[in-house]
Amino acid sequence: MRELYTQVIMDHYRRPRNRGEIEGADIEEHLLNPLCGDEVTVYAVFDGDRVADVRFDGRGCSISQASASMMTERLMGKSREEAEKEIQGFKAMMVGEEEFPEMDDLAALKGVIQYPSRIKCATLAWTAFQQGLEGEK
Amino acid sequence: MYDVEEIRHDFPILDRRIGDKRLVYLDNAATSQKPRQVLQALTDYYENHNANIHRGVHRLAEEATAAYEEARLKTASFLGAPDTTGLIFTRGTTEAVNLVAYGWGRKFLGEGDEVVLTEAEHHSNLVPWQLAARATGAKLRFVPILENGTLDMEEAEHLIGPRTKLVGCIHASNVLATINPVERLAELAHANGALMLVDGAQSAPHLPVDVEGLGCDFFACSGHKMLGPTGGGVLWGRPEVLEEMDPFLGGGEMIREVHLHHSTWNDLPYRFEAGTMNVAQAVGLGAAVDYLGGLGMHNVREHERRLGEHAYRRLSEIEGITLYGPESDRTGLVSFSVPDVHPHDLSQLLDEEGIAIRSGHHCAQPLMRRLGVAATARASFYLYNTEEEVDALVEALGRAREFFGAISGVRP
Repeated sequence: MRELYTQVIMDHYRRPRNRGEIEGADIEEHLLNPLCGDEVTVYAVFDGDRVADVRFDGRGCSISQASASMMTERLMGKSREEAEKEIQGFKAMMVGEEEFPEMDDLAALKGVIQYPSRIKCATLAWTAFQQGLEGEK
Repeated sequence: MYDVEEIRHDFPILDRRIGDKRLVYLDNAATSQKPRQVLQALTDYYENHNANIHRGVHRLAEEATAAYEEARLKTASFLGAPDTTGLIFTRGTTEAVNLVAYGWGRKFLGEGDEVVLTEAEHHSNLVPWQLAARATGAKLRFVPILENGTLDMEEAEHLIGPRTKLVGCIHASNVLATINPVERLAELAHANGALMLVDGAQSAPHLPVDVEGLGCDFFACSGHKMLGPTGGGVLWGRPEVLEEMDPFLGGGEMIREVHLHHSTWNDLPYRFEAGTMNVAQAVGLGAAVDYLGGLGMHNVREHERRLGEHAYRRLSEIEGITLYGPESDRTGLVSFSVPDVHPHDLSQLLDEEGIAIRSGHHCAQPLMRRLGVAATARASFYLYNTEEEVDALVEALGRAREFFGAISGVRP
């Protein structure tokens, strides 16, 4: 079980990438995990169709915070359509329908699949971003 | 003589192993484990007596009805009710409160009326009143909690006034371990012509309860938290109040006469028991209160008080820990957080050692907001837990923090 808490996850948890707020962002989406009360806010600024900046803020367990951090790295520079695809792909990985990419930080979240109650922690920020994209439309 | 080792033999699940570790079950505020006596009552009911109740005239129907009504009598007597007239079986505390909010609230609340609750309510004694308020225009008001987790009774005296129609309060907190002065709240309510509802989900399993002594008009509790099966809960209501209420669910058994366009209602308590009830679960609850009565609730309380104090003392020695709730007069549970490990991660790491605790908002989100936390960890004890199990928790907690600190480069 302790392999759930890989160095990669702990690294993102302790030194989250792109943590913080963006004032006047194009996307600002707050999401609460109703199961545990953890919360995340995702911010994104677009330059044309590209994600120019993406940040997250919130409080939660190592899995939710690390996954949010990984998401920001993953979505930076992507177009809206690519971002949507990334999010759908990640959610498919978390239910075992798609393979995790090798040699990528995301692969560290593979272990979470064994703990169904924690999958929502891992997908929280991604769902927030997805809802933000939908809200833009 | 309260012999916890002897008691543990009655609970088969306590022999369960989680991986290669013996189960240490410390999530009793969520649901309790069941003794063999309750499991046997369920099996015996299904193997020998199962039938639908109150209708058939055949032997099994008579036996099933008798078993169900005997469970009602046992439960009424366990809660100190004068008789069974006001003892309604429900699915649990949530359904019991909904029954009152619907059958009483929708009928008697209106614009300008107030329902006084507390900041520490479980969602089950909050959301039904939000729905009732929305339907009737009544307002909800909340008794604040003080820094130590007890109710601000001075404020309660101001809040409970002529507009108050009902005061609702948890008897014991599932997060803070406080035991609230519901007797005093009932006095305040009655002095203002209001009714008093006590949510006893966290008290009936752990403290001697006497609904008459509490002076309440409604008392709700869940069988599954007090050794009984899930699906068997209770609403006790003062019969003269129940008598005036509208039905909650319509259907079989709750009626006297049915015409195509109208019906008349059955007597209490059947008026509030529509459809085929959870008969086996009620019978199981009857066996559970027999078991609790056999141990003596004063003994159960004493055992848990000692465990709770031991846990509070041991945990408070841990550096950096925050313990929630008052220091004394607690039930047997402790909510806590440590700065370096999120409650979710903590309960996952403890699970690896076979220790089951709860983490999260404990269905009390407004209270968590008041405490300024998103989640806490909670260890909740019951009559079969031991000091050794508390010590196992404390030691595993230390190991979890060390592990987390080592892997993340932050020392606990």
